[in-house]
Amino acid sequence: MTSAQFEIQLIACIVAIACAIPGTFLVLRKMAMISDAISHSILPGIVIGFFITHDLNSPFLIVLAAITGIITVVLVEYIQKTGLVKEDTAIGLVFPILFSIGVILIAKNANDVHLDVDAVLLGELAFAPFDRFVVSGFDLGPKSLWIIGCILIITVILLFAFFKELKVSTFDAGLSASLGFSPALIHYGLMTMSSITTVGAFDAVGAILVVALMIAPAAAAYLLTNDLKRMLLYAICFGIFSAISGYWVAHALDASIAGSITTMLGLVFLLLYLFAPNKGIIAVLYREKQQRTEVSLLTFLLHLKNHTEETERHVNHLNEHINWQKVRSKTVLELALKNNMIKFDKNIVSLTKKGEKFTSQAIDYIITNQDAKIEHMKDDFFLFRG
Amino acid sequence: MSNKIAVQIDDLTVAYNYKPVLWDIDLEIPEGVLMAIVGPNGAGKSTLIKSILGILKPIAGSVRIYGKPYKKQQALVAYVPQKGSVDWDFPTTALDVVMMGTYGSLGWIKRPGQKEKKAALEALEKVGMLPFKNRQISQLSGGQQQRIFLARALVQNASIYFMDEPFQGVDATTEIAIINILKELRKAGKTVIVVHHDLQTVPEYFDWVTFLNVKKIATGPVKDIFNDDNLTKTYGINYKVSIQE
Repeated sequence: MTSAQFEIQLIACIVAIACAIPGTFLVLRKMAMISDAISHSILPGIVIGFFITHDLNSPFLIVLAAITGIITVVLVEYIQKTGLVKEDTAIGLVFPILFSIGVILIAKNANDVHLDVDAVLLGELAFAPFDRFVVSGFDLGPKSLWIIGCILIITVILLFAFFKELKVSTFDAGLSASLGFSPALIHYGLMTMSSITTVGAFDAVGAILVVALMIAPAAAAYLLTNDLKRMLLYAICFGIFSAISGYWVAHALDASIAGSITTMLGLVFLLLYLFAPNKGIIAVLYREKQQRTEVSLLTFLLHLKNHTEETERHVNHLNEHINWQKVRSKTVLELALKNNMIKFDKNIVSLTKKGEKFTSQAIDYIITNQDAKIEHMKDDFFLFRG
Repeated sequence: MSNKIAVQIDDLTVAYNYKPVLWDIDLEIPEGVLMAIVGPNGAGKSTLIKSILGILKPIAGSVRIYGKPYKKQQALVAYVPQKGSVDWDFPTTALDVVMMGTYGSLGWIKRPGQKEKKAALEALEKVGMLPFKNRQISQLSGGQQQRIFLARALVQNASIYFMDEPFQGVDATTEIAIINILKELRKAGKTVIVVHHDLQTVPEYFDWVTFLNVKKIATGPVKDIFNDDNLTKTYGINYKVSIQE
């Protein structure tokens, strides 16, 4: 691995981490689309800043672009507040207009410079190592590494300082306001940070892929955990994994680095969407199937409880009485036997003591909907988990 | 009940998009009452609470908590929002939600520590939710979620409690458990203000009531003013409730 390759991967990883942190809160606040809006509408800010400074890595550019990001958020909220259009419509109105202003500005004035529409949309990660940060003759590494590195450090400091404020205002804005933590202040703080991160990541991965780096790791992490700190940690890990693996995929295929990173993010999400232990599609389908069987089991146990006459309880009569197919009856019988809820006596089925207790408790729960008594049953049966 | 005024509201007018939802409210809530705010849908009950707490900005009028603006008295006030106002799929546990009640006394930046955790556990115990402390909040039933919210208010150890429909969507046992805790709070000299929907239970649960329908209709002790006349004025139809003593 050459030093340029190492630098590209390092930049990609830092961009991924810097994006995953605000991204997690955007996903939890159901504001994923706002990051899309910001990433596009900061373009005029970048272009105007570029005309003034003639340097794509100037801090002034970042400030200007961040201001454009905030203007986007304010405009979206203003249009939405009039009540004439919904939020998604407001987003759809604001960012294409700002973005197209940026596109026109580039086409009119910057035809002969590094800034072009391709670079804006997809970034130029591969070229990042060429632009060095040199101080009095010393080469301190790529400029974009310094920029995104500084942004990451600020993000991490803010995250540690205001974690509890971010959490409470995201979960319950009303409570947050009543406790004296202004949700508006935190909201605009998060928006400012998202804008700054977007600008910093922009040069490396471009406007479209910044969104993926913010949203996909957080969305994937959300499927895996019920703990906010872990969600942040997982999102960061997914970001890093996609950045490195994406780089090598691009290397092998001789394709766009940013495109490959995003593809890897998509794959990570897809895998978790399918296989996440509790929230994944397969786990959900399995749970639904188990619940169906458990409802059948309860129906069957109730039948046994309500009928003392032997004809009703004979194995051969069960199919016709409860009107089930053989396969289903077999599954239900096996489940009941496995849990020691029924016993056989010359092909006559009857409830065991455990079965009796289970049935009355379950019925009690279904009628009263009080789950204090059935807490211990939640571990074994999906049915009682609400 | 003492003679002190816990909450003083003067000429309060609140509007959404320039449409007034509360008109010129004057209201004094004495210290130590357990008060219901009743009124039809859209009467501005939640709006009234949110304006008192500074969540909504009124276009006119003032609110004072023990004689001072809310911002200065924040520590004296606990708030239980409507259960439906938050996303219960948020990745957090019951204990963590209750801990949020301690954030106000911590202020900006400071993190909760052992002391806050202990207080949160005690509050969970009080509402009978200690066994569920590590449960993810979406895995709780509606009644359990409401108890968690109540515990979060208890942990604030406030003087005035505002609750927005704490009985909505909870089972009978939880409702009784909640009202018993509210009555205990009143016994301890706290002031409790509840947005309430079920008129039948007003005389049984509360000792003070405010009738609200955009304007204030009446406020005072339940035994004096909870009558058909005020109910009819508030709900606009001929109302008859049987008051059980």
